[in-house]
Amino acid sequence: MLFVCAAVSVLVTGGIIAVLLFETIAFLREVSIVEFLTGREWTPLFSEKHFGVLPLVAGTALVTGIAMIVALPAGLLAAIYLSEYAPRGLRRIVKPLLEVLAGVPTVVYGYFALLFVTPLLQQFIPTLSGFNALGPGIVMGIMILPLVSSLSEDALHSVPNGLREGAFALGSTRMQSTLRVVVPAAFSGISASFILAVSRAIGETMIVAVAAGQQPRLTANPLVPIETMTAYIVQVSMGDTPTGTIEYRTIFAVGMLLFVMTFILNLVSNRLRRRFREEYA
Amino acid sequence: MIENPTIRMRRSPTMFVERLFGDVALQSVAIIVVVLALIALGALLYDVFSDGWGRLSWRFLTTFPSRRPAESGIYPALVGTFYMVGLTTILALPIGVAAAIYLEEYGKGNRLARIIELNIANLAGVPSIIYGLLGLGLFVRMMGFGRSVLAGAATMALLVLPIVILSTREALRTVPKSMREGSYALGATKWQTIWHQVLPSALPGIFTGLILSLSRAMGETAPLITVGALAYVPFAPDSVWSPFTVLPIQIFDWISRPQVAFAENAAAGIIVLLAMLLAMNSIAIVLRDRFQRHRN
Repeated sequence: MLFVCAAVSVLVTGGIIAVLLFETIAFLREVSIVEFLTGREWTPLFSEKHFGVLPLVAGTALVTGIAMIVALPAGLLAAIYLSEYAPRGLRRIVKPLLEVLAGVPTVVYGYFALLFVTPLLQQFIPTLSGFNALGPGIVMGIMILPLVSSLSEDALHSVPNGLREGAFALGSTRMQSTLRVVVPAAFSGISASFILAVSRAIGETMIVAVAAGQQPRLTANPLVPIETMTAYIVQVSMGDTPTGTIEYRTIFAVGMLLFVMTFILNLVSNRLRRRFREEYA
Repeated sequence: MIENPTIRMRRSPTMFVERLFGDVALQSVAIIVVVLALIALGALLYDVFSDGWGRLSWRFLTTFPSRRPAESGIYPALVGTFYMVGLTTILALPIGVAAAIYLEEYGKGNRLARIIELNIANLAGVPSIIYGLLGLGLFVRMMGFGRSVLAGAATMALLVLPIVILSTREALRTVPKSMREGSYALGATKWQTIWHQVLPSALPGIFTGLILSLSRAMGETAPLITVGALAYVPFAPDSVWSPFTVLPIQIFDWISRPQVAFAENAAAGIIVLLAMLLAMNSIAIVLRDRFQRHRN
């Protein structure tokens, strides 16, 4: 009986794969996989339909890239500060405050991106359109920062003090010991946190659904409206698309792609984290 | 933190300044980053409160949404949120706790248990909108729940299941060995020990984890959109089969409209949502504190 409950979690994974696969196969019967993966136009909701997923992937990559430019360096620096420099009392206050950032619902970040950050950016970049990749990307970076900082800090923290003491004994300053000894020693743990951050950004939905727009577009320009894979799924779900139509199946095909991408990233991240745990166990 | 003696070693003044500079630079950049992140949090709260505070009133909480923003309220969304969270608890708690007991007490070192563990770790990283697609395919279509609050809650239960399992295991692990051994010494079976000794003493920890996962469910929007929670619901749900909306979806609907007045409604809704989350997290923290004191 207990075992059955534990096995439910495996059934969930199986269920996800089965549901996605079932509809994706039905989708691929009508659209060739080559067109889906290499087509440069995504217009399944128009009368003239094209099913090339690349614009959605490009939109996702663009927003994810901007988010990572914000979250990775800032998260690592915050982790370095908390683990190597901060006095213990301050650490106990700052850490939970940063974690509040991770607890804010994502739809709230969407509001923040659309109605605060984008108008603010427009004062510096007048050509920035109301929906764009830049604002949501920055906000997503702020949202993901605590994830990076807390996992990286765990990694830095588990580096044995003997390594630090050795560096100090050789005459290095705290900065030198941090950048040349501690960070390299915690490298696999830090990269695990980076990869997990990428996976979170790819799967993040509400910020981009609110603030990035609904125009699938193959571009690297962060100032114009785009659409991500997740935002497309939301767009179709908000409308009333009948079951069994090709439009309905597209969200499962896009979902499948999303699932595969995040699943691979999560596997790599878990593997890396386990390795660094073994190193200093 | 260990003291670094080298900073105080001064051979020549220039060398000292050079060495110190890098150290101070790294530390100041790091502090600036942390402060900027906290400023962003402050700006977010300030933005939401300055936009939405004026719209908050008892009427806002107790009226239905409307085409006229000034007369709109969040009553159906509030009731829908309570329905959803309640049902999610009923579904996720027993399964999650049972799974945790199996993994922690019975399945240790067992190959199957290890596969399940790995699977749970991976599930925790699946984007929430994918759970929404699962809910749409499984509960709404295949099991015929329709676009009901039950389908939404079942989806949410699957979403929070990994969190409930992980936190329950954590709580079970903190129960001291001596307690189990005392129970065995009095002739209790393994199950009696778990049911009468281990579970009651892990209960505060389990509830802390549950509350945290429910607050996650309360703020989730994306999976419920795919399951088909409606944006405009002029009635409160009265059974588990009712169509429904929840607070985050009502907020999303209002943000998507161009009129400024609706944005104010959204901000007011966000204040209510954040207040509810704050209340739940405070309860969790108080519980955890009491739990820890009890342990010591």
